[in-house]
Amino acid sequence: MFIPFLYALRDRGVPVGATEAVALAQALKAGLHESSLDGFYHVARALLVHREGHLDDFDQAFLKVFKGIEVESKKLKDELLDWLREAAEREGELTEEERALLEHLDPDELEELFQQRLRDQKERHDGGNKWIGTAGTSPFGHSGKAARQGIRVGGKGGGRSAIKTADARLYKGYRQDLTLDVRQMQLALRKLRSFARVGGEEELDLEETIAETARNAGELEVVTRPPRRPNTRIILMMDVGGSMDPFAHLCSRLFSATKKSSHFKELRTYYFHNCVYGRVYETERFTDPIRVDDLLHECGPHYKLIVVGDALMAPYELLSPGGSITYSGEERAEGIVWLMRLQKHFRRSVWLNPEPQRYWYGNTIEHIRGVFDMFPLTLEGLGEATTHLMKSR
Amino acid sequence: MSDFRRFRGTDTYLTSESLEAAVNCALVLERPLLVRGEPGTGKTLLAEAVSEALGRELIRWNVKSTTRAQDGLYVYDTVQRLYDSRFQDKDVSDIRHYIKLGPVGKAFAADERVVLLIDEIDKADVEFPNDLLNELDRMRFWIDELQEEVSAKHRPIVIITSNAEKELPDAFLRRCVFHFIDFPTPELMDRIVRVHHPDLEERLAEQAIQTFYELRSMKRLRKRPSTSELVDWIAVLQKAGVGDVRLDKNLPFLGALLKKEQDLVAFADQLAGGRRWRS
Repeated sequence: MFIPFLYALRDRGVPVGATEAVALAQALKAGLHESSLDGFYHVARALLVHREGHLDDFDQAFLKVFKGIEVESKKLKDELLDWLREAAEREGELTEEERALLEHLDPDELEELFQQRLRDQKERHDGGNKWIGTAGTSPFGHSGKAARQGIRVGGKGGGRSAIKTADARLYKGYRQDLTLDVRQMQLALRKLRSFARVGGEEELDLEETIAETARNAGELEVVTRPPRRPNTRIILMMDVGGSMDPFAHLCSRLFSATKKSSHFKELRTYYFHNCVYGRVYETERFTDPIRVDDLLHECGPHYKLIVVGDALMAPYELLSPGGSITYSGEERAEGIVWLMRLQKHFRRSVWLNPEPQRYWYGNTIEHIRGVFDMFPLTLEGLGEATTHLMKSR
Repeated sequence: MSDFRRFRGTDTYLTSESLEAAVNCALVLERPLLVRGEPGTGKTLLAEAVSEALGRELIRWNVKSTTRAQDGLYVYDTVQRLYDSRFQDKDVSDIRHYIKLGPVGKAFAADERVVLLIDEIDKADVEFPNDLLNELDRMRFWIDELQEEVSAKHRPIVIITSNAEKELPDAFLRRCVFHFIDFPTPELMDRIVRVHHPDLEERLAEQAIQTFYELRSMKRLRKRPSTSELVDWIAVLQKAGVGDVRLDKNLPFLGALLKKEQDLVAFADQLAGGRRWRS
């Protein structure tokens, strides 16, 4: 039961390993679950799950394994003991720390405790709630101490039972089956940092202080300097709607990763549809337009431009004047012309494309690659793109 | 190992079974407890409650965006020492006077087991938790200037709170006992409210809680009000002598519940357009 449960968790993508299993065994040994399945549910959840996104997976795995099942005592005991022995033998797989924990739990001692616990249980077993029976003979019964000390066996009255709690699946809303997560992206974006000393003089400049003090014939002369502050300015332009819809999640993750990164001096985000023409927008709903000319006026070439888009559109949308239906006059220039203007203006720019690279030929992507340096929107691509952005020209 | 004091909440801090289980796991396994949940669900209060229930001193470390892991261990105040060296009134030859322990350092150096609260760890730089990993794991660190090691006499009970999701590195998460504070059910909320306002009238309590949950279920709210806002709101209602509340556009002291301009607009909009609740 114990092992299938761990595997059921792993099947659902909850990363449990020896560290977690050993921690759980320790907690049970200390009698934290109070010899009840409910207690076990809460203790196991605290130790096996590390983020709320996995709570729902935990509930499902728990249900699958424990719902409506009478646990066979001997089989379970053997399972846990075997597992612990095996784990001790698999040397390479365990870290020092885990090994130390395991040694703490001597299998023989465990077995003895368990047998004792089992005897206690038989004497006391008076039918009653099936979970009392289960708890008593569960593999976690090796924590027999708790029972002998007279702590209540079975669930607490009035409380929600573990199966009921798990069944309610309260944590469905917190699921997140993410491939590329925000943190990974943030780490990739970290490379975009650069620092400059600006602002109030709050930091001691040791070298200068020594030099000045020496120049001052030994009379102390303290020199301070401004602390290092982030000095990167970023413009993020994202294609939204239409063919970009399948990538909306990926893009929103990139968006929140950039937003949350505190190491940029300035971050501007704009949206466009299909291709940049005369204007970009401050919101996803294409309100608050800003003219690209004005934008280029405001932001010097030292800003770093990141464009995110699939670069897929009908050829005329990119290549013929007035490709965008919405504009007139000067803004009727070809989409590709606008892209070239952007690319020329900024010293460093990249285009991140969520389309798989095998589709990058024989369509408008090829044209746009002629203008922008294009990278796939994967973790690797993001890493390459940030390196590219930091190269000085 | 079984002779530890179990945490069961306090008179003013109500817990759930799973929260108690998590705290007790952290106590027994001597691992940091990571608490997450919506703002205002009492993450920080938990540390106070644990400190009160176990009779241990609480050492707080409020993390800010500029906080570095080093600040928590110790700071060497060079400038002070240099200034002092100009006047002869202090003993500058002993560097010890200028090494100041941070919250983590103090918790390690304490003569008895203390509760160390690392509040809002997600506010700091992404690398911050990694920088602390080793120190929290081994419960010791090295002071370079003194060539001395500070090692915990008693492993402190470490409670870490975080608002943001998916921000903490896996290696860090694996070393923590994790608990996600659920939003309280109306029944638990009723008990919580009564702990804070023992003399609250039955009818007002019922109405306020009902209104509160209705408000929370409204669509399009950016920041849904949480427990602490409800407690404050009821305090204001009581002070002002309001006897009846129900959800309409004249809801008294709405500002105590909704703090964002857009939310107030959304609130007015939805009431004007009839009741459209989140299902």
